[in-house]
Amino acid sequence: MGIKILTEHILNPELHKFEVYRKTGGYAAVEKALKTMSPDGVMEEVKKSGLRGRGGAGFPTGMKWSFLDRKSENPHYLVCNADEGEPGTFKDRYLMEFNPHALIEGMIVSSYALGVNDAYIYLRGEFFYILRILERAIAEAKEKGYLGKNILGSGYSLNLYCHPGAGAYICGEETALLESLEGKRGNPRLKPPFPAVSGLYNCPTVVNNVETLALVPWIINNGGDQFSQIGVGRSTGTKLISASGHIKNPGIYEIEMGVPVEEFIYGDNYCGGMKNGKPLKAVIAGGSSVPILPANLITTTAKGEARLMSYESLSDGGFETGTMLGSGGFIVMDEGTCIVRNLYNFTRFYRHESCGQCSPCREGTSWMEKILYRIENGDGRMHDIDLLFSIQKNIEGKTICPLGDAAAWPVASAIRHFRAEFEEHVTRKGCWFE
Amino acid sequence: MDNEVKFSAESLELVKSIIARYPEGKQKSALLPLLHIAQAEFGGWLSVETMNYVAGLLKLEQIEVYEVATFYTMFNLEPVGQCVIEVCQTGPCMLNGAGEIIQHISKRLNIKPGETTADGKFTLKTAECLAACGTAPVMLVGDKYHENLTTEKVDTLIDEWCKCGKSSHTNPYKD
Repeated sequence: MGIKILTEHILNPELHKFEVYRKTGGYAAVEKALKTMSPDGVMEEVKKSGLRGRGGAGFPTGMKWSFLDRKSENPHYLVCNADEGEPGTFKDRYLMEFNPHALIEGMIVSSYALGVNDAYIYLRGEFFYILRILERAIAEAKEKGYLGKNILGSGYSLNLYCHPGAGAYICGEETALLESLEGKRGNPRLKPPFPAVSGLYNCPTVVNNVETLALVPWIINNGGDQFSQIGVGRSTGTKLISASGHIKNPGIYEIEMGVPVEEFIYGDNYCGGMKNGKPLKAVIAGGSSVPILPANLITTTAKGEARLMSYESLSDGGFETGTMLGSGGFIVMDEGTCIVRNLYNFTRFYRHESCGQCSPCREGTSWMEKILYRIENGDGRMHDIDLLFSIQKNIEGKTICPLGDAAAWPVASAIRHFRAEFEEHVTRKGCWFE
Repeated sequence: MDNEVKFSAESLELVKSIIARYPEGKQKSALLPLLHIAQAEFGGWLSVETMNYVAGLLKLEQIEVYEVATFYTMFNLEPVGQCVIEVCQTGPCMLNGAGEIIQHISKRLNIKPGETTADGKFTLKTAECLAACGTAPVMLVGDKYHENLTTEKVDTLIDEWCKCGKSSHTNPYKD
């Protein structure tokens, strides 16, 4: 099963308490960083680790940090993106519910590296109960001297606050998140300027995902080199995978990057195989935004190599025959699944969540939803399939934020790999699946 | 509305402590938290009067509050039932029977998603991915997740809400 960084003690029902977390070695990274390391030294270790953003984009964290405009005289901010909303993804909720101090410790160490004295956790609105868990954990850490003024006598001070959103997928996009944190509608901003130069309140800001920040303490305790040796190639460390759909054992798995996809789906230590006795039809490997792959392409690449759970292996073959690791939202579908109905559901989702700023996304998502509805319900025409493909092509890359791409890619990939099923919906005048 | 829209002294203390989390002059940041509190305390929805009250507390133009309240799905702009049920209807939940759950509740309460029962007891809403796909199908009532739903589980829950007389409107900052 390999090394567990975030979930080793997660079955301890009291791990959310400061003292219990402390006994498992918690907060050692704060002591080490603040007492023995310079902020640059911390950043250096994170760079060496090869850690990449766990929210979905996979951008190298150390490099993102290095873009922060440190010369600016304005305050610098660290904002944790805890607006988990990518369909198929539920790892951050799990981590914050059962191991909240790992996030808090990660934020203290990261804030120290970035010269930040005020940090925020932007938490998905529906997570009221997690807001309370985090606020209690923050209060405990403060009481023990790990937050607030002059942490552990080091002279370094940090305030950490939680901020609830209010139900908007788009606020998981980092500039929409910052708008929302400023008390506005969650409309993404034009980039540049990037948040590292002009983010929260127009000040230099780093936005990182929950899982990304929670991995930082281990990197500081064990060294970036040690972390970089876990995993495979440029996919270093462990990754939380949210497994759902038609599998025997849905749930969260912390894997070392590089586990074969086939083993992940069928292995008893992981998903345990298909649950209804029906064979595998398709997988969406990284949250609903990434291309869907049919059974043959998810387990082996087009070159015939075993597909691995890593950034590089999952994207091998580009969008023609590959997909993306994304957020690690791994949705498994059996032969009883209607690809058209499933795609209709996700397209309806993106139409609902489009903020409406950019015409291609606002109009395109609603056109695609209508067309998919009529194909699924027996009113589809053969040229609708090409029309759908053309609409998604005209959304992709033509919007301020990546929600447009996220809505386009599932449509493109479903048609690419399952065109015959769309055509059959048209000729049979509707859906024949249960 | 019978009662005047005004926070209790206790809630005003809470409001003050929340505003203090943001830099001076950036009190607008407290808008979402305050709207959550206001919604919980003033009947589970945001009337124009409630929004205007929040605008006053934060020294904002009223329109700034309206434009935000209309953007986020958690804010109800019309009266809701005492118990608001939100069922996830996105991908993984749909693969595992969310459609049946929504139909079942609809039939049992005789309302469509988005509607409130005539007795003002229940509102049924659909929600987008609630980040609990491994335990699908899922619904949220107030601040509580109900997971691995079956029609029996849903019936038991509705029976309990019928009896208890409480409301599901939740202030995120109070246990």
